[in-house]
Amino acid sequence: MADLKKEGEAVNMQEHAYVIASQQNKLSYRIKKNRASYVMIAPYFILFFFFTVLPVAMSIALSFTYYDMLQMPSFVGWKNYIKLFLEDDIFLISLKNTLILAVITGPVSYLLCLLFAWIINEFRGWLRAFLTLIFYAPSICGNAYTIWTLILSGDRYGYLNGLLLRWGILDEAIQWTKTEKYVLPVLIIVQLWLSLGTGFLAFIAGLQTIDKSLYEAAALDGIKNRWQELWYVTLPSMKPQLMFGAVMQITSSFAICDVSIQLLGNPSVNYAGATVVTHLLDYGNVRFEMGYASAIATVLFLLMIGTNKLVQKLLRRVGE
Amino acid sequence: MMEKQYKVKKHKKGKILGIFKRPEKKLNRSAAGNTLLFVLMGICGVAMAMPLVMVVNNALKPLDELFQFPPRIFVRNPGLENFSDLFILMNDSWVPFSRYILNTVIITGGGMVGHVIIASLAAYPLAKHDFPGKNILFSMVVLSMMFSWTVTQTPQYMIISWLKINNSYWALILPACSFGMGLYLMKQFMEQLPDSLMESARLDGASEYRIFWNIVMPNVKPAWLTLAIFQFQQMWANTGSTFLRDEQLKPLQYALFQIGAGGAARAGAAAAVTFIIAAIPIIFFLICQRNILETMTTSGMKD
Repeated sequence: MADLKKEGEAVNMQEHAYVIASQQNKLSYRIKKNRASYVMIAPYFILFFFFTVLPVAMSIALSFTYYDMLQMPSFVGWKNYIKLFLEDDIFLISLKNTLILAVITGPVSYLLCLLFAWIINEFRGWLRAFLTLIFYAPSICGNAYTIWTLILSGDRYGYLNGLLLRWGILDEAIQWTKTEKYVLPVLIIVQLWLSLGTGFLAFIAGLQTIDKSLYEAAALDGIKNRWQELWYVTLPSMKPQLMFGAVMQITSSFAICDVSIQLLGNPSVNYAGATVVTHLLDYGNVRFEMGYASAIATVLFLLMIGTNKLVQKLLRRVGE
Repeated sequence: MMEKQYKVKKHKKGKILGIFKRPEKKLNRSAAGNTLLFVLMGICGVAMAMPLVMVVNNALKPLDELFQFPPRIFVRNPGLENFSDLFILMNDSWVPFSRYILNTVIITGGGMVGHVIIASLAAYPLAKHDFPGKNILFSMVVLSMMFSWTVTQTPQYMIISWLKINNSYWALILPACSFGMGLYLMKQFMEQLPDSLMESARLDGASEYRIFWNIVMPNVKPAWLTLAIFQFQQMWANTGSTFLRDEQLKPLQYALFQIGAGGAARAGAAAAVTFIIAAIPIIFFLICQRNILETMTTSGMKD
């Protein structure tokens, strides 16, 4: 009798728990329960909607129109995209250049950021802050790459030409920024020099948040040198920062344009230094064909999303 | 305790080892590795410091050296004429320079502080709460960073006109508060905080806002100091000429650029402008970087 009663109670309890669980699973309940969360994200996401989501949505919509910023946009369907891939030879060149630049500078820059952040983390105090500044200098000094115009200047007074002539490696000065075959290598080198930016500082901050006792534990567990320590302790502990750095790297590697325009001009010699974004700027800011420029931006956007998916997959394997 | 050990070691082994942060970790550090890294840092450091060296030297060059061909990096007869030229030009401006400085404090400061607070406030629930719609909102923020900024400028301008905040500080501050990068950065750092930290505060009856302000934010200080650096740089680089029409609203950096853009006659003042434009974010950068280190040595909160 008592057993039966207990059983009944248990069933009742179970039912009760089930009812509560199903209530908790209901969307409206979950939204109500998390009211504080929604209030906290509201200020940001309201602004984000107005100043980012809406403009991006409008740009994507504009990519299906012809829009010269004077008349109202007129709908043209897929015409911009078709023109982009079938008629616009320069776009294809710029796409190829962008991919080459991204594939080379992206991973190398990312590793450089990590390497230098990791080395700087060995120092302390003002020396550390100073070293960080030195390595971050190209990113903080406005248009720092103007120094490369002195180095790469095409006459024999350019530093690079001067040096190579004095050493007898060259017989005559080379127009580094105006010769087709040197254009991409020049872009790659300057871009690598500029690479210690956002990701670098994020890594520096990330290294600071790693629990120091993990290192002591790892030393007891038989980790022998700094390289093992890096792979088994440091990198797994800063995975969120690695992800962040990767996204920032993708956005900067695919959007290379300032360096190209400043050093090589826009258009560069025979479009050898054209990138997707220089092409976009050409249409957006010079020819005022905003519809076409928006189509270029949308293609670039999709390209970056794809790359991001791939990179995030790779990064999940760090430290395994 | 560890700090004390470190100080003893410093006295024994001399100054060079003293600059390393964790001498107690020496079991995992070989002398050969240290030397290799030092040499690498030295060579790369020289290459990276070039723009800094050039900006400083140019600011100290008298006019004849600025126009010398071929140009030299190092100054021969350093002087401060460029700065005195600049100050004379600044006194001539019809909007007093104190007004420009006030505008910069409002725009750069507002955009920076506003973004750090608003983005952090949104990052905390995204990192630590579980609520419907969270994943889609977060991926929207990450993806938004990949859309080319050049194209969204035009629609953004229209929206700012619709909202009727054109030609006011808000036109610069509000969009700056909604940048995607800050939220992403803060969320990544907050994700690493142990849940137990917040759980115990919740048991003590603290509200989510209190937890955010008193527990989460102090523990991610390196993150928001870094974000402040980025945001300061962004806002400082923005001269606001797209949205601000009234001269009285324009920031200091705009006025400085105007003086610098005066052609060959003002080359000296322009060099001084370049120096000041670079120096202010650098000072801010150094203060922030110095503080990033100090936080974590004092609070070792992790499980």
